[in-house]
Order: sequence, then C-alpha cells, then structure tokens
Amino acid sequence: MNSLYYQKRLSRNIGDKFFTSLSVICALIAILPLIFLVTYILIKGGSQITPELFTLEPNPPGDDLDAGGINPALIGTLIITTIASIIAIPVGVGGGIYLAEYSKGGAFSRFIRFGVNVLAGVPSIIAGVFIYALIVSTKILFGSMYSGLAGGMALSILMLPTVIKTTDEGLKLVPNELRYASLGVGASMYTTILKVTLPSAFRSIATGVVLGIARAAGETAPLIFTALFSYYYITGFGDLFYEMGSLAVLIYNFALEPYDAQNKLAWAASFILVLSILSVNIFSRILAAFTEKTKRV
Amino acid sequence: MEEKLTLFKNRKRFGIEKNIDIIFKNTSLVLSSFVAIILLGIILVVFFQSFESFSRYGLKFLVTSEWNPVKDEYGAFTAIYGTLVTSFLSLLITIPLGVGTAIFITEDFVPKVAREIIGSFVELLAAIPSVVLGLWAIFVMEPFLRAFFVFLHNFFGWIPLFSTEPTGRNSLLAILILVVMLLPIVTSIARDSLNQVPKKLRNAAYGIGASRWKTIFSVILPAALSGIMAGVLLALGRAMGETMAVTMIIGNSNAFSWSLLSPGYTISSMLANQFGEADGSQVSSLFYAAFVLMILSLVVNIFAQWLVKKFSLKY
Repeated sequence: MNSLYYQKRLSRNIGDKFFTSLSVICALIAILPLIFLVTYILIKGGSQITPELFTLEPNPPGDDLDAGGINPALIGTLIITTIASIIAIPVGVGGGIYLAEYSKGGAFSRFIRFGVNVLAGVPSIIAGVFIYALIVSTKILFGSMYSGLAGGMALSILMLPTVIKTTDEGLKLVPNELRYASLGVGASMYTTILKVTLPSAFRSIATGVVLGIARAAGETAPLIFTALFSYYYITGFGDLFYEMGSLAVLIYNFALEPYDAQNKLAWAASFILVLSILSVNIFSRILAAFTEKTKRV
Repeated sequence: MEEKLTLFKNRKRFGIEKNIDIIFKNTSLVLSSFVAIILLGIILVVFFQSFESFSRYGLKFLVTSEWNPVKDEYGAFTAIYGTLVTSFLSLLITIPLGVGTAIFITEDFVPKVAREIIGSFVELLAAIPSVVLGLWAIFVMEPFLRAFFVFLHNFFGWIPLFSTEPTGRNSLLAILILVVMLLPIVTSIARDSLNQVPKKLRNAAYGIGASRWKTIFSVILPAALSGIMAGVLLALGRAMGETMAVTMIIGNSNAFSWSLLSPGYTISSMLANQFGEADGSQVSSLFYAAFVLMILSLVVNIFAQWLVKKFSLKY
C-alpha cells in the first residue's frame, strides 16, 4: 500500500533530486556569464555614445583626452560587408539553385554539399591567409595591396557556405506540386525557378542570407591582414583600393591600446556592432516565426 | 490530321528560350562548383606557400618551439600545443555545462515560456562577434578572476598546470573565454538533438517505471548522442580556429610552459599577430602553421560529418 505513494527517501528519488539540481546549476553557470556579458556591453558601450562618434575620424592613439569618432570604421564595415554580399549572394544563390533544382543526388552534388559543410568549418583566419596570398601579396588588383576590396573578398568566402545552404534548404521545402503545375502549363525550367520556386522560398532564403551577413559583419580575423585599418574618412570610390577600417578591426586595435580614450572608443564600437547584429537576428527570428505560423494555416 | 500536325509543331519551344534554359542551368552548375574551387584553392595555395618552410624543416617544425625571425629558426610546437590544449580543455568544461543546460531547457522543470526564452537567448549569444568577447575578457573577466588565479597558484602551485605566478593575460583566460563562446553552440545543438528524440521512447521508459533521470541517462541521452557528438566536434573545430578572442587574452608568448597561468600562443593567434609584419621565410613558416591548423580543422569537420551520417537517428 505504501509503495503507491511518493517516498522521498527512496534512493531513486534522492538521485533524481540530485541530478535535477545539478542541471539547474549547470544552466545557471552557463547563463549568468552570458547575461552579465550582454548587459555589460550594452551599459558600458551605450554610455560612450555621442553624436560626434558617428561623424569624426578616430584620433591616432596617444592623445588621451579625445579619441574622436568611428565614422570611417562604420562606413568601412558597411562597404566591406556590401562587397562580400555582392560576391557571395549571386554565387551562393546560383549554386543553391543547382543543388536543389537540377542535381539528382549524384556524386557531384554530394561532393558540393560536403564541400559546403567543410568550407563552413574552415577557420575564418584561413580565409584571410588565402586572400592575402592570392590578392594582397601578389598586388593583382591594380597594384593595390591591403584594400577594402580584398577584405570584402575574404568575408565573402565565409558567407558563401551559409548562402548556399539556406538557398538549398529553402528551395527543397517548396512543394513539388508547384513545380509540376508550372512545368505542366508549359513554362521552361528557368521560368519555373525564377517565377515560381524562388519567390515562394524567398522569405526563408532572405532570413538565412541576412543572418549570414550579420555574422560576416562581426568577423575580424579575415580582415586584419586583408583590409587592415585606416584612420581616415572614406571619400570616394578610389578608396576601395586602399586600406579600409572596420568596426571589428577598430575594436581589436583599440582594445589593445594602453590609452583609456581608445578603449572607450572600442566599447562604443562594440555597442553599435552588437546592437545591430542582435537586432538583425531578433528581427529575422520574428520574421521566420511569423512565416511558419502563416504556413501552418 | 493536317491541323493536329501544326499544333504539334507549335508545341516546340523557341530556340532562344531553349538556349536561355541551357545557359541558366550551366551558370548555376558553374556557380555551385565555385565552392569546390575555393576549397581546393585554399588548400593548394596554403600548401604551396608553405612549401619552402616545409622542405627546410619538415616534420621537425611540429615538435620544436624555437620561433626566431632573427636567426631564421622556426618551429611551431608552442602554438600547436596551445591550440590543442585550449580547445580540448575548453570543450571539457563546455560539454557538461552545455549538455546540462540543454537538458534543463528540454525537461519540464520550468514553464515552457521561460524555457523558450532561455533557449533563444542562448542562441542569440552565438551571434556576438568574438572580438567583442575578447574586449570583454580583457577589461572585465581578467580583473574579475585575478584573485582567483592567485588563489589557484598559491594552493595548487605544486601542480605543473598552475606553477607560474599569474600576471595578467594567460592561457586559462583563453580557455574560459572559449567556454563562453562554445556554450551557445553546444547547448543549442544538444537541445535540438534532445528535442528530436521521439516522445514514445520517454513514455515507454516512464511506463515501465523508470525515474526521470534514469530515463534521461539510459534512453534519451543515448538516443541523442550522435547529434550531441556532432555538435561537440563542430565546437571543437570552432575552438581550434577561433582567433580574435583568444589572441586578445592569451598573452601571445612563444615561450613554452606547461602552466595554464602563463601566457601562451595558438596557431591562429600567431597568424593574427605576425602575418601583417612578416617577410622572407617567416611568411612561409606562418603558412606552414596555417596549413597545420587547416588540416586539424578539416579532420575534425570531416569526422563530424561522417559521424552524423553514420549514426543519425533511425526512429
């Protein structure tokens, strides 16, 4: 009769309690530093934000009173990630279209899918080393060495696997009936893809691509010896072929400076970088959740 | 009959449209092969650039730790050792924490809303750039943990791992910041694979009288093991290739030491530090080190993919 009731002292119940509290402790240890980290970045960085930050050039380290702003780095990050997107999105979407729409699961497509996964795991600094060897040291781009263009190319290598993967998976989710219907009324393959399958997979592809861009925007390692860094305003198209600053490299350089003013600038730059990356992430997550809901109906 | 034939003729596509179709297909084929070209290009370029150093030092490069641009003597043992030690030790800390957290958010200890908030919060953190983690490590974590390191040295200094006086940046800090970086990866992958275990299995275990943790240990974790292992390997690849956060906090010293409380080096931090200013045979040696790093991460990655394929869930 007693055995029908919950008995605290039973060894299995004591063991259960023990492991439950262990997992709670694990979760606490895991989550607390993360909360601490985010709030610290937001508070410490947010307190450094001033209007001049967005308009001034950073001053060279040494002047402890006034570090200037981060305008060139901000614009540089925008330009470098744009270059990376211009390269990676067409190549990635095109490659994804081949994998999802044309390939029939043969050796070639299996090899490419495997290659995409391997490329996604290549350390980001190796992408920088590769572009350094291929472009910076050979001065192949009109004689320029370190340049924003080279930096953008290095980042595009990191974006490419994400774009291909999301296109491939997004297109695979499109129901085959749509394709049959389109082909059945006499549309050719490319019309079907461009007018039917791509548009209906657009949202999931766009979400993945935007997340990939956000990740690339925060990458530092591929830029430190391809785009290098610059203290000066970006004034024209020609600046693409010279050293270009970026928020990520600014944070790296200025965090290691012994001067307080530069360190503060690094915090301000991290605030802007983290805030924009997190808001892009949250926004696309909401969008994805919304899409899922409408699909279910 | 005549009418039917003309209809049939008209069903042929126009030549231009046919050509566009073929061009479109082949363009996408070429674009998809870019992945293979880039991958092979990376391997070949890094290999050929390291050839000079490879032919001069051979495999001795991997086991000597002299790194002297003045005397032109190079060996990457310190960096390779640092890469392996930081990544493996950080994983050793991350795995129980990450899997424990994943169990916490897949079991019903707290309401579903709270679990989902924690889960998406952890996933968001994977998006924080590592350079920002490095900044945080320099200005917040290092001062915060300094007293703890001194304590560690005073009481456990007889263990070689803690034998040096802690002075600022060191390998242990790099390991800890890697833990912060890897936790979101391991947790979210472990959570996904735990969620994929069918409910039937859990109900069956409960039905024959297993307690909650008996079920977790004997049924759910084994069923999710392949996914978790793949996530762990993915995290290992990340840890070995991670550059910025580690470079900023590890201290960047090529002097070999068993102690975790002394400054260290990893391959990627060596590349980040020296690549910009290197010339001559130093460049080739750096490429050699980069090649070693690439092989390490390739092996880990390919093994992870193989594991997923081999042991993916069969329910």
